[in-house]
Amino acid sequence: MTSVLLSAAHVTRRFGAFTAVDDVSMRVQPGEVVGLLGANGAGKTTLIRMLLGLIAVTSGRVDLLGGPPDRERRRRLGYVPQGLGLYGDLTVRENLSFSARAYGTAEPALPPGLAGQAGVLVRELPLGAQRQVAFLAALAHSPDVLVLDEPTSGVDALARAALWDTIRAQAERGAGVLVTTHYMQEAQQCDRLLLMSDGRLVGEGSEADIIGSTTAVAVSTGDWAQAFAALNAAGAPVMLAGRAIRVANADPAELARVLSAAGIEASLRPVPATIEERMLMLSRQAKAS
Amino acid sequence: MTYSVRSATVRFGRTVALDDVTIEVPAGSIVAVVGGDGAGKSTLLRALAGEVALDAGQVEAPPRQHLGYLPASAGSWAALTVTQNIDFVAGIYGLAGDELAARRAELLDRASLTPAAGRLAAQLSGGMRRKLGFVMAIVHQPALLILDEPSTGVDPVSRIDLWRLASEAAASGAAVLMSTTYLDEAERAAHLVVLDRGRVLVQGSYDQVRASFAGVVTQADQPVRAEWAWRRGRVLHEYWPAGDPSAGSAVAPDLEDIVIALSLARRHEVPS
Repeated sequence: MTSVLLSAAHVTRRFGAFTAVDDVSMRVQPGEVVGLLGANGAGKTTLIRMLLGLIAVTSGRVDLLGGPPDRERRRRLGYVPQGLGLYGDLTVRENLSFSARAYGTAEPALPPGLAGQAGVLVRELPLGAQRQVAFLAALAHSPDVLVLDEPTSGVDALARAALWDTIRAQAERGAGVLVTTHYMQEAQQCDRLLLMSDGRLVGEGSEADIIGSTTAVAVSTGDWAQAFAALNAAGAPVMLAGRAIRVANADPAELARVLSAAGIEASLRPVPATIEERMLMLSRQAKAS
Repeated sequence: MTYSVRSATVRFGRTVALDDVTIEVPAGSIVAVVGGDGAGKSTLLRALAGEVALDAGQVEAPPRQHLGYLPASAGSWAALTVTQNIDFVAGIYGLAGDELAARRAELLDRASLTPAAGRLAAQLSGGMRRKLGFVMAIVHQPALLILDEPSTGVDPVSRIDLWRLASEAAASGAAVLMSTTYLDEAERAAHLVVLDRGRVLVQGSYDQVRASFAGVVTQADQPVRAEWAWRRGRVLHEYWPAGDPSAGSAVAPDLEDIVIALSLARRHEVPS
């Protein structure tokens, strides 16, 4: 087995004058779950589509299982796209038969959660159940590489926990997993993270590596909504974590001045920054440039 | 002013989508509805919006022209530009001329959509499209604002924009009812409603929901009873409704743990 399952080397993709992915290099190794983060429009899906050989690179090189992502290598790949890639007008059983035949593997058995649903049209299933079917279809042939584009978007907490169970089980049996998410709690479940912004790879490694030099100040006050409004009106990069107000890369003295001018009593203390705050600073930089 | 749905039951054929549900949405605050697939979140929101008829119960909502509703799907026209989408909806409410231009400029700015004003809705990113839908729902300054999963699939930065727009609407006096699958977001609401298969599992402020949670949640590498356990990152959490864990170390449950634990308890009481 190669030690790198999936990689990009200086990959760029342009659409006309627009550069969707700009000189990105990354890799996924056996047994690891790599989280790909970034705002909507950062280039995550375009990068994935190049890694899978679904669209061509403008420049650079993509390797899947030791070579270009051709049909033969894609047989050892499992992919769950954002849109799930199921046929809504086919039943659960028909969808699973179709993908099993395409991959030349045995049809997977239905888990207890889907028992009795074999004959139901996929479009008539709730979203969480549809995702389960898409996972089953993608995993039936025990792929070496698993690529998941926002696998848990719109899924409730219980179903999300179950999907992550499946993801970790795949890594434990040696597959390499690349997963995009907007849920930062999920990012923390990954072994390694990649952060994209405006088509470029701007951070890589652990959560701490991604956060880098970003700092944050927590604002404690009786009326968080009022303080949030005042800081927001002053143009501060305000974030919320539950009901806690946080401001990224801020000068506490300046925040204190804004709050006292608005007649709000609050206490300020520096706290460790989050990935969201790093993303907020990146988006403000992009807007300013 | 407080809007409400009282003792509401909604059936679709033999499926009971809402089963004796009561919620209140006071002016000036945000009420968040959380729950899984098929919990009845959308049906509850649509009931308050007057989009679905009740089989039993009452709805108190403002007349249509004072209601703003962002449905779970799209909420804008793909083949129109951002400006055209806003102007079309504003026209329905009789906004025109300078008044419309001023309102549109203000909303585009607050939603960070000004640079995208001339873009087709089809060409917006997911987060931008949700923000456009939101702007269209509040263009007429509704007294009651109903948002069905405004932030699903939206990146964390745009999500904060959406939250800011919702809290500004509440701060200026609107009653806001929103559904979400992001539980950290729900913690922020003044009042939260946890739905499961058509019934309210628990509702109240986050502090009240936490205080009323009975039992113990433990953390361990291996669960004792797999059917009561769920994954949180590298470890598993397990719920002990009677508060008598035989293994693992107790953790302080957050809203995600509470929602999962209560859903599991209901599964054991009332198998589907």
